[in-house]
Amino acid sequence: MFSFIGRSMVQKTITLFFVSVVSFLIIHLAPGEPSQIDPMNPKFTPEMVERFQKEFHLDEPLYVQYVYFYRDLFTGKIVSWKDNQSVLSKIWERFLNSLPLFIVGTLLTWTLSFPVGIRSAIHRGGIYDRSATFFSYFLISIPGFFFAYILIILVVRVFHVPVIGMETFGMGDAPWPNLFMDRIWHLLIPSLLGATGGIAVLSRYVRSQMLEVEGQDYVRTARAKGLPPDQVHYKHALRNALLPFVTMFGLILPGLIGGSVIIESIFSWPGMGRMAYEAILARDYPIILTVNFVSAVLVLAGTFISDLLYLAVDPRIRL
Amino acid sequence: MRTESPLLSTQDLKVYFYGRDKISRAVDGVSYNIHAGETVCLVGESGCGKTVSALSALGLIPSPPGKIVGGRIIFKGKDILALDDAAMQKIRGKQISMIFQEPLTSLNPVFTIGDQIGEAISTHEMIGPDALDNRCVQLLKDMGMPSPEQRLKDYPHQLSGGQRQRVMIAMALACNPDLIIADEPTTALDVTVQAQILNLLKSVQERASMSILYITHDLGVVSGIADRVYVMYAGLIVEEGNTRQVFGNAVHPYTRGLLASLPDREKRGQRLHNIPGTVPNPAYKPEGCPFHPRCSHVVKECKSVLPDMIDLDEGHRTRCPVMV
Amino acid sequence: MMEEPLTETPEILDGPQAPKQSRFVERFQLFNQNRLALVGLVIFLAFFITAVAGVVLTSGHDPVFNPAQVRLQEKLLPPFSRPNLETLKAHEAPTLGIYLLGTDDLGRDVFARMLQGAWVSLTVGFVAVGIAVIVGIFMGGLAGYYGQGGICYDQILSVLLFLSGVIFFLLGWVKLGCGLFGVGIFSFILSLTARGAKSNHFMPGWLRKTAFSFDTLIMRMVDIMLCFPSFFLILTVVALLPASIYNIMIVIGLTSWMGTTRFVRAEFLSLREQDFVSAAKALGVGNFRIIFRHMMPNAIAPVLVSSTIGIATAILTEAGLSFLGFGVPPPYATWGNILSDGKRFIFDAPWLTFIPGVAILIVVLCFNLFGEGLKDALNPKLRQE
Repeated sequence: MFSFIGRSMVQKTITLFFVSVVSFLIIHLAPGEPSQIDPMNPKFTPEMVERFQKEFHLDEPLYVQYVYFYRDLFTGKIVSWKDNQSVLSKIWERFLNSLPLFIVGTLLTWTLSFPVGIRSAIHRGGIYDRSATFFSYFLISIPGFFFAYILIILVVRVFHVPVIGMETFGMGDAPWPNLFMDRIWHLLIPSLLGATGGIAVLSRYVRSQMLEVEGQDYVRTARAKGLPPDQVHYKHALRNALLPFVTMFGLILPGLIGGSVIIESIFSWPGMGRMAYEAILARDYPIILTVNFVSAVLVLAGTFISDLLYLAVDPRIRL
Repeated sequence: MRTESPLLSTQDLKVYFYGRDKISRAVDGVSYNIHAGETVCLVGESGCGKTVSALSALGLIPSPPGKIVGGRIIFKGKDILALDDAAMQKIRGKQISMIFQEPLTSLNPVFTIGDQIGEAISTHEMIGPDALDNRCVQLLKDMGMPSPEQRLKDYPHQLSGGQRQRVMIAMALACNPDLIIADEPTTALDVTVQAQILNLLKSVQERASMSILYITHDLGVVSGIADRVYVMYAGLIVEEGNTRQVFGNAVHPYTRGLLASLPDREKRGQRLHNIPGTVPNPAYKPEGCPFHPRCSHVVKECKSVLPDMIDLDEGHRTRCPVMV
Repeated sequence: MMEEPLTETPEILDGPQAPKQSRFVERFQLFNQNRLALVGLVIFLAFFITAVAGVVLTSGHDPVFNPAQVRLQEKLLPPFSRPNLETLKAHEAPTLGIYLLGTDDLGRDVFARMLQGAWVSLTVGFVAVGIAVIVGIFMGGLAGYYGQGGICYDQILSVLLFLSGVIFFLLGWVKLGCGLFGVGIFSFILSLTARGAKSNHFMPGWLRKTAFSFDTLIMRMVDIMLCFPSFFLILTVVALLPASIYNIMIVIGLTSWMGTTRFVRAEFLSLREQDFVSAAKALGVGNFRIIFRHMMPNAIAPVLVSSTIGIATAILTEAGLSFLGFGVPPPYATWGNILSDGKRFIFDAPWLTFIPGVAILIVVLCFNLFGEGLKDALNPKLRQE
């Protein structure tokens, strides 16, 4: 067991190292200079450009820059090129903004997908199954922002509620139930949007897993023992069908840093996705690379947790 | 032949499977009787419909695409095909139990043996946890399992094939059913283990005076344990009788072919006998007698008329007028 | 008892058999059963024909439908509106006499732009997925077939020597460069001959050990790629490179090969152990032939399915990129372009968003349905008896 953990961690650390190198290379090999030091830009005097270059070691060979960058990252000193603020604190702030969106979206996705998928599988071919299937296909085929606009128009026209941004401007002094409701309204549609795609995909997967399990011999045995249908489906079949999903749970982790760029743009939500997007536009390398690095850490941590969960849940796998 | 009414009587059972453009007539008019305490064997090659007819008795035929198109199954005086699922649940596991062919896939891999055996009991009886444990241990002891208390906490993948099959039998016997249906329980096991399982079934039957419906394609097994034998081919019974009659005095060409195909010390050095041709696809059965394309005694009527069962001796019947 | 067995040929003795069908026909019939998938296929074909027709009708110097014609006096007209012929020159009038789908903010005929965009969107999808599939099959096949074959330390050493030789040569140290280059080549040849040789070889034993296998190498590469959130990666690369349709296609392709690799590798790993491969080897069939003639057709099925769904995803990704301003640049029109251009006028001219939006929805939906139908038809577990 411990040797497994040890080996796994070593492998993941090596992968992380390579990820850091690859992302570094991608950024720096792309043509063009960061806008801050673009010699073509009339705002920058040559002295400023030179100072900037010295400050951020941009005149040194790539591998030296690499070392400097990661040293700064790990000691927390890394700063954004755009506004000189600490990258880590910027990320943290935006992360807190994205967090409620992420939590509500994930909750919606996971609590709705399972009942839908399970019911579709048990009553395969029936009306419920067919409409659920149709909706799933519809939701994964619609372009994200198109759907967003439709929803916005609908909600604004029907409920007369503002939905852009995190909260309504100028509500600062309102009593807290109103503030709370306001927040909820603003939170609702973006998370719903984020969740619908996930629900569509996850519920189909749940359905196919349930169907596969229901066809197994041990389900037939359970029925032959005289067990009532509820026990057959929810005790025997479900427990096996859920195995792969427990492991998927660990993979939610990377979503923390995700934050859909598109959704945040539409709703003017100041989250992680927007920050990364603005960083890309401004060629703010420290932010881009840090976000990348954190995301890779989360992906690897997520897979690691998945492996552990799988060990815990499936009695056939014991190390 | 026994005269009291049978425990289970299948009468003219027809089970068809509906595909997109064809109908698979898996069971096409099958009748057999099982009396209390009797061991009945249903013999035939793969694809002849024996498993399907057994599953019908427990209502376990998957309902699209399968459908019970005709016939009755009378169990203790009632037609169980007419019962709804809730009523069938009371019969399954308690009055009629089933043992399946593949013990590894037939046991749920994520629950312990103790859980699964205990479930078989607690579904049908109100029983406290300690009493339940004791029952399970006792059942495993009866099955001849070493260290039963330990086995209860194991998972199916930790047991050997023979042990798993013992667990299946224990689950089937847990509520002292009147009838056990065993669907090729030893096909997936080694020969030595096979003998142990057969002996086990025999001793259990004697002790509890249960009936067994034993489904197999292995004639050697049949000769060892059966009281009555029903030979199936292409969804129909072609010969029935007690063991002495069928083995010593087979009439139907198919039965005779099967028996002749058994390797025998006396035939050492000669070519093995075989029945030429292959078993028909249940969706595309020949007209008339289903065996006629492979039969060496075929006459003109065989190709157009499906014969009825003909009585020979007491209890010995066959479906071939040509050989009678 | 029994007479001698008859010696007639088996065909006569068998009764009626199931009608023989080729595998293709059987699968096609399975596919047909799935109504939705059929609809998907039909609409996909319609889309394809429209795209081809579109490219023919809108390209060239004087096309039948002109998507680039700017008519500032006719901007933002709703669908089915008539042109104001007094203000237009003769060649500026729309081909059919009305603006079938209205005009956009520059007065361009939306119908013509949609026609042109169909082909471009289709191309983006196909080329991107094509790249992904080729890379994926190559990597997956390598990993699956040669899996256990390793790259040994001596080979790595040789390659390093070789590369450093080239670099030094280019940097000006000609003699050192050539020397290293030569040593590298020599040791590489030596390492090849050292394959399977016992001790007593010139190359010391510890160098001949396997460092890691092809399988590990390729799977680690997949893991590394998977650590990047895909949309971000695409966005990053597209934003940093000059905007061009080719860049977009290549980038989408190069970031989505991982799934195909996994499928192909899994299929190869399982197929490799199967008896028919051993049989072919026993007959002396060469490795390449085994891979291409025997294993590839089996492995194709999941790849085909994920490709159709991949095309749908590529079209959606392109739309998303357009929304953020990084899509295919003008003058090309894509449906994603048109959709995102229209977002500025969503209240004044909703048709500018609805028409491309619904069009994308239908086409992507069809691809998805088609892909799922294909998956069910090719799935051996679901095959009926």
